[in-house]
Formats: sequence, structure tokens, C-alpha cells
Amino acid sequence: MRHFKETLYKWIFTILAFASLLFLVGIILTLFRESYPLLVRHDFFDIVFGRFWYPTYDPPEFGMFPLIAASFVVTFGAMAVCVPIGVGTALFLHELASAPQRAVMKPVIEILAGIPSIVYGFFGMIIVAPFIQNLLGIPTGLNAFTASLVLGIMATPTVASLAEDAVSFVPSSFREASLALGANQWQTLTRVVVPAAGSGISTAIILGIGRAVGETMTVLMVAGGAAAIPGSVFDPVRPMTATIAAEMGEAVMGSAHFHALFAIGLILFLITLVVNIFAEIISRRFRLKLGLGR
Amino acid sequence: MTRQTLRENGPFAAGRKKALRGSDVSQALGFLLLGACIVFALFFLGTILYFILVRGAPAISWEFLTSVPRRAMTQGGVAPAIVGTFYLTVGAISFSLPLGLACAIYLCEYSPKTVLVNIIRLSINNLAGIPSIVFGLFGFAVFVKVFGFGVSILSGSLTLGIMALPGIISASQEAILAVPQSYKEASLALGATHWQTIARVVLPSAFPGILTGVILNIGRVAGETAPILFTAVTFYTRGYPDSVFSEVMALPYHIYALMTEGTRPEIQTQIAYGCSLILLSLVLAISAVAIILRQRQRRIYGS
Repeated sequence: MRHFKETLYKWIFTILAFASLLFLVGIILTLFRESYPLLVRHDFFDIVFGRFWYPTYDPPEFGMFPLIAASFVVTFGAMAVCVPIGVGTALFLHELASAPQRAVMKPVIEILAGIPSIVYGFFGMIIVAPFIQNLLGIPTGLNAFTASLVLGIMATPTVASLAEDAVSFVPSSFREASLALGANQWQTLTRVVVPAAGSGISTAIILGIGRAVGETMTVLMVAGGAAAIPGSVFDPVRPMTATIAAEMGEAVMGSAHFHALFAIGLILFLITLVVNIFAEIISRRFRLKLGLGR
Repeated sequence: MTRQTLRENGPFAAGRKKALRGSDVSQALGFLLLGACIVFALFFLGTILYFILVRGAPAISWEFLTSVPRRAMTQGGVAPAIVGTFYLTVGAISFSLPLGLACAIYLCEYSPKTVLVNIIRLSINNLAGIPSIVFGLFGFAVFVKVFGFGVSILSGSLTLGIMALPGIISASQEAILAVPQSYKEASLALGATHWQTIARVVLPSAFPGILTGVILNIGRVAGETAPILFTAVTFYTRGYPDSVFSEVMALPYHIYALMTEGTRPEIQTQIAYGCSLILLSLVLAISAVAIILRQRQRRIYGS
């Protein structure tokens, strides 16, 4: 009887543990199934590199290049903001801050990482966009530049937090050896600690990229929403996530437009999949290098 | 003697003080740069908090928090949105907590080191990286359409729950792994079975850690917008939801709707500030509680 109960519990947990796998497979199947009708009628290459996104014209055009380009521009703009600031913050916290400073600032940054994206979107729309518009004298403040800025600020606490973890994994013996050889703190930081934590910091940055690509509400509200290939960073753009969020409501169920939005979802999913795999490989190498095992 | 005092008073201090070396200058500049980074980060984030607080506070009143919206969203309160966010969050957590906990128990306590377990770990990692809008698409196609739940609290909660699952699993795993091995060994040595050990020794010891992990995830779920966009929310309801199959208003979506729909931008912006302040206070208070709790636990367990 006792043995039976033990086995039963084991099986219950084993089955429930597969829930994540089930959901992942479910998501993949759903995305494929719902975008399949579009993918059989158009060449995949034409969809990804097509230059015109006119889903409601007759005949409609489903070129996703403007949307993909917009996602890339905004994501890399955001990285240009959050990588230096985030990594700098992490290094400051770990290497320079006194113990009481750290004890306060680390939780504060972690709490700030929890600010909902809609609040950033709202703030960007109502404060940052008018400010940028007046400052630079451009027709609209809702553009790729503003979106990058707001998204970058938003991702900073996350990158800082992950990078700080990476730096804290560097064994203190590395640091002590360098200091003992007469290097000062800055030399130790730039030539020993950062290289040792390098792939950990890269993982933080890559995960940050994954988040920024997939971020929806901020870019929906701040990026301006024009589905055209951006000529400059001050043009309004419509990233992939914003396109899905904005157009799903008006797309007729089962129409080509509807399937096209799922196809965007599929491409987004594939991008984040690649990003995750990269992050996984690099972080595994990092842990092996520092002798932390798997 | 600390590193600093050794540098200043140690046996080689005299030689060191002789000249200001290039490396010292670059060190000072470098430290300045790092300091500037954190000042920048805190400045930006402080600005956001400042604007939301200062401009949102005048909108908050007892009526704003407790009454239903009137006159096409230009008067009255946002109570249905607060209630809606509460239902969605409770629904999502009550779905993902049992599932996530079970998964964590399996991975920490039962998992044989096989390919299958690696696949589970891999799928958790990948699930964690999927954009929230893709969860929204999935929820729409599966819960709203295939299962026929419609745009409802149920569909929204399930979608949010799946999205929260990886976070719940890793928080629970961390808490379970932090339970000292000796506790388990003592229990097993006394003749308890594996399950008895898990239920009466491991889980009670891991409970505080699991709790903080769950609270952190509640904060995240409450603020999410994209997954509920097509699965649960509507701009306006007359009153409060009456079943799990009704559409709801939710605070995050309400902010978006106020900024993009309607005809009275000035008044709506004011209400949106109020909603942002409520949402921000809720989410920050929840995560602050979790983080403070966790710090206290870490001090106790000394890890």
C-alpha cells in the first residue's frame, strides 16, 4: 500500500512536469497551424523580405520587411542605451559600492525592473515624445528614436541585474591575484574581472535583446506605428509585436490578414528561440570556464 | 586591515605616494564613468516615478477607487478595472502555482538524469523567453477559439498562467534546492518514505522561499498587458464581472485604451495618470514585499 502511494505520487509529478513541454509544443503547433494558410500561398522569402505591408488592400500585400526592420532598429537602439548603463551600473554595484550602498541599491534596481511595460509606454507617450519633438524640432516625437530610448531605460534594470549576477560569479581569487601583482582596482576590473565575466555579461545582453524584441506595449504606444521601412531613426515605425497588437482586433477571423499576423508571431518566436539558444550556449561555456560545472 | 588602508599605510605606501601615475588617473576616470552610469539609471527611473506620482496623485480619490466609470470614461472611477486585474491575477496564479510547484518538485526530487529531463529544462527556458504577445496569440487561438471560452477571465487567466509558469518553476526550484540535504537525510533515516519527506520536511522548509517567488510573479502578472489584449479585456463594462466567462476591464489595458481611444484626450490622460499610479503602487508594493522577505530569509539561511 505504502509502495503504491509512493509510485502514484511519483507518476503524478512526472506527468505534471511535462506541462511546460506541452505548452511549448502547443504554442509552436498553434503558430504553424494558423500561419500555414498564408505560407502555402506565398513564398516564405517573399513574406520575410517583401517591402510592402498593406494587409487591407485589394489584393493585400504581406511583406514583413518593414516590420522586421523596425524591430531590429528599435532593439539595437535600446541596446545602445541599456548595455553601457546597465553593465556600468552592475560593475559599480559590485566593485565600488560600499556594503550599505549595495544593500540599498540592489533591491531598488530589482524593484524597478518590475515596473510594468504599459507604464513605460504611457510615460514615453506623454512625457518623452513631446520632449524629444520640441528638443529636436521634428514633426513627431513618436518614432524609432524615442521608442529605443524608452525601451532602453526599461531594459536597464534587467541587464544590470543579470550582469551583476555574472560579475559575482567571478571567484575572488582572480581579483586577489591581480591586486597582489600590483594592479590597481581599475586595472583589475577591466583586465581580469570583466574578461572573466565576459560571457556571463554577454548572456545578460543577449537575454536583454530577447526581451526588447518581444516587448509589445511600449513600442505599440511610442514607436509611431507607420508600417514603412524607416529612412532614419526619427521616422515612425511599427515593430512586429506592435503590428500584432494593433491589427489583431480588426483582422477578420480566418482571413489572410489574420493568418499573416500569426506568421509574424511565428517569426518572432523563431527569433527569440535563436536568441535563447545562443544565450544557453554562451552561459554554459561561461560556467565551464569558471569551473562552476553545469 | 582593509585593502585601502594597506595601500595607504602599508610597507610600500611611501613609494606609492611619490607620484600620481597614469594608471591612477585612468582609475579615477573609470570610476567616475561607472558612477555616472548608475546616476543616469537612477535619474531616468526616478523621473518616471516622479511624474506618475505627482500627476497621478490628484486623480486619486475614494470615488476613483470604488465607483464604476461614467459618461464614456470621462467621469467616475476605475473600480471594475482594479477588480478585473485582481481576478485575472488570482486566476493566473491559482493555475500556474500547483503546476509550477509540481514541476519543481519533480525536477528537484524525482528527476532521473535523463534526456527527458533535459528536454523539460530546455522547454522551461524557452517558454521563459517567448514574447508576451505570442502567448496572447496562443491564448486567443486555443482558449478563446478552440476551447470556446470566449474573451473571458478564464481565457486571460490561463494565458497569463502559462506565461508565469517558468518564473514560478524556477523560484520554487531555487527554494527547494536551498533546503539543507541533512534535513532530508534525517527524515529518511527515521524511516519516512520519499513522499513523506517531501511533504512534511522539504516543502515546509522551502515554503518561505516559494512564497517570495510567487509574490514576485504576482507583481509581474498584474502588470502584463499583451497576453490579455485578445483573451480577456474590454475597454468598458457596465459593472463587475459575474462569472469566469465574462469579459473584464483591467488596469494595464485601461491605461492603453484611455490613451488611444475616446474623444476627450485631456480628461482621459488625467484618468490614465491615476490608473498608472494605482498600477505602479500595486506592482511595486508587491515586489518590494517579496524582495524584502527574500533578503531576510537569505540572512537567516546565510546563503
